[in-house]
Amino acid sequence: MKVLVSVKRVIDYNVKVRVKADNTDVDLANVKMALNPFCEIAVEEAIRLKEAGIASEVVVASIGPKAVQEQLRTALALGADRAIQIECDDLPEPLNVAKLLARVVEAEQPGLTILGKQSIDVDNNQTGQMLAALTGRPQGTFASEVKVEGEKAMVTREVDCGLKTVELVLPAIVTTDLRLNEPRYAKLPDIMKAKRKPLEVKTPADLSVELKQHSRLLKVETPASRQAGIKVDSVDALVDKLKNEAKVI
Amino acid sequence: MRESMEFDVVIVGAGVAGLSAACRLMQQAQEAEQELTVCVVEKGSEVGAHILSGAVIESRAMDELFPDWKEMGAPLNMLVTSDELYLLKSDTAAKKLPNALIPKTMHNTGQDLNNYVVSLGNVCRWLAEQAEGLGVEIFPGFAAAEILFNDDGSVKGIATGDMGITAAGEQGPNYMQGMELHAKYTLFAEGCRGHLGKQLIEQFKLDNEADAQHYGIGLKELWDIDPAKHKPGLVVHGSGWPLEGDTTGGFFLYHLENNQAVVGLIVDLNYTNPWLSPFDEFQRLKHHPVLAEHLEGGKRVAYGARAITKGGFNALPKMTFPGGLLIGCNAGTLNFSKIKGTHTAMKSGMLAAEAVFEAIAAGNEGGSELSSFTDKFEASWAYDELFRSRNFGPAMHKFGPILGGAFNFIDQNLFGGKLPITLHDDKPDYAQLKPADQCKQIDYPKPDGKLSFDKLSSVFISNTNHEEDQPCHLKLKNPDIPLQQNLPTFAEPAQRYCPAGVYEIVEEASGPRFQINAQNCVHCKTCDIKDPAQNITWAVPEGAGGPNYPNM
Repeated sequence: MKVLVSVKRVIDYNVKVRVKADNTDVDLANVKMALNPFCEIAVEEAIRLKEAGIASEVVVASIGPKAVQEQLRTALALGADRAIQIECDDLPEPLNVAKLLARVVEAEQPGLTILGKQSIDVDNNQTGQMLAALTGRPQGTFASEVKVEGEKAMVTREVDCGLKTVELVLPAIVTTDLRLNEPRYAKLPDIMKAKRKPLEVKTPADLSVELKQHSRLLKVETPASRQAGIKVDSVDALVDKLKNEAKVI
Repeated sequence: MRESMEFDVVIVGAGVAGLSAACRLMQQAQEAEQELTVCVVEKGSEVGAHILSGAVIESRAMDELFPDWKEMGAPLNMLVTSDELYLLKSDTAAKKLPNALIPKTMHNTGQDLNNYVVSLGNVCRWLAEQAEGLGVEIFPGFAAAEILFNDDGSVKGIATGDMGITAAGEQGPNYMQGMELHAKYTLFAEGCRGHLGKQLIEQFKLDNEADAQHYGIGLKELWDIDPAKHKPGLVVHGSGWPLEGDTTGGFFLYHLENNQAVVGLIVDLNYTNPWLSPFDEFQRLKHHPVLAEHLEGGKRVAYGARAITKGGFNALPKMTFPGGLLIGCNAGTLNFSKIKGTHTAMKSGMLAAEAVFEAIAAGNEGGSELSSFTDKFEASWAYDELFRSRNFGPAMHKFGPILGGAFNFIDQNLFGGKLPITLHDDKPDYAQLKPADQCKQIDYPKPDGKLSFDKLSSVFISNTNHEEDQPCHLKLKNPDIPLQQNLPTFAEPAQRYCPAGVYEIVEEASGPRFQINAQNCVHCKTCDIKDPAQNITWAVPEGAGGPNYPNM
């Protein structure tokens, strides 16, 4: 069985996000970028399936400018076999991503496609679900456990009321939650080897997908800073302030 | 048994010295059409993540390494356009010094001077691209944790640290053993007070004939400033207030491109008052009109701190030992009289590369002491300028900023650094502190949240992170010293000299407790330098930990 993993290059989770002075977007100049943590979990899960003898090949795909090759190489160093970059100047919105990935799924015919549940930059949480709809494959989202048994995958999902296990008939789509696994560190020799693993570059035109813009970013603002609190010296003063200043009682 | 890999040359640290050495090695290998394997390990999560410098740099070494660096797109974009020097007399008063009275080495504009305001982090990122293009393997996120030795005592290489060790010292679920990297020659380019460099200096007695090394702590912020106030290429330096008495240091404020400016303060670590807090001095400094006029209406983007090796020529240790070399600020090649170290660090790396390549090309199997480096270094302009500046720091330490400054003016401008005397300053920085009860407590003003900030909100924008579940990387030789000696005598100065709030005395019902918040550490190494009992050893944490500086 082949496993396809899609990964995204995002702002590193250690970096404090700043808004551009003109409020047009988040400032990415000189900022450290990294593999989206949920995508890293997806890569780890695919590699574990390969190590368990269930997956025969792990293919990683990413969409974006040449810089995303850095994240693809990271995935290759972690253990993926080959990579596909779909070259775009900007990072397209989820429906476009899902359409591009649907074409990759069509061409590669993976038994399992694993994605992060969302990217930590825009937090859309849409691509996996859209990809399932476009490819007509069953989906198990927010996975905290994935067990592949023959032609089926048992996926434990983290939902509001607890854990829910679904049985999917392969081929299927899975999106990962935080507790699915703890990703490994890449080893030095593997990082060197990853430089020589195959990385194919395609364009949306190669995949016959026309990118369409369905939404427009109007403005990005930082949250209003919280006012400093005060100490009151008695219960009466507190009640008075709640009643007359805050007007909540 | 740890796994191992063999290289011709292993370089520790992807700063300007290490990367210049890597590039120069590969250039020579290509010219000679010879195969050469070079690997660089870097503890930061990416190249540049741990680089913090002013920086105004002289392009001399870059001109030699990549003569067409401009066409190649090196990020040296902002030629210094004007140069101001102030003596701050009080929190509001200042005297602007006329150019004629300033030691020549401190001039940044004028005939034949090619000085650029840069982000050294971005210069390193660019150098790393060149190095990779030349075939160097660069591994960010891998910290060199220990030195490996051959049976004959020569350096065999380094081992990277284990990953995934828990705080209790056990192997966690994603444990990965460190790797041995063996090399014919290993270049140590860790920057100021490298933790392996410190061991090498001791092991091979490299500083036997040198004066005690001296250090400063540099604190720096990057600001987005009001576009109306932006003067690209303006360089402002100064000294005086708020540093008092025998505390010396100086500030800088540079205008970069894109409406950004950097501001910083360097405090010499030979200060005597244990109540001094370099961080708080920096915060109140920014309220002085000379600085505030640039910053008001702007927004702080990033904060960081790093120690500086500033002992210069007299404190420079021997840089060679069997199997390797110590280069750049790890040895101490900074020219303090110019307040610049990039060009000399790069040059030391390039010369090391030449000595190493010549040896390997001649069939040397490694492990030798490359005295050819010493000859090359002593014949270089880098050595010449360090020699001419040898009295600069000691004069300031001995005579104070005013008379020391006058001495430096005479020495540098009238004698070109060739006065036939050499001043020495042999008392190490950690031995300078006076007991707290003999010193004046300093009452620092509260930060206003506009120009000045508290420590924690500052560390927050250094993007510092360490894997939480790992052993503390700040090792105490004797865990009782902080409370039993440092607290009663010096009011535990670590609370104040640490620019990241790592060290805390927590008052509890049972009495005071010494707490180390290692996850805050910005890897500046000040604690390793200034602790009066020399009780703190800075060791590398898990690779990729530490700050994530942007264009610092």
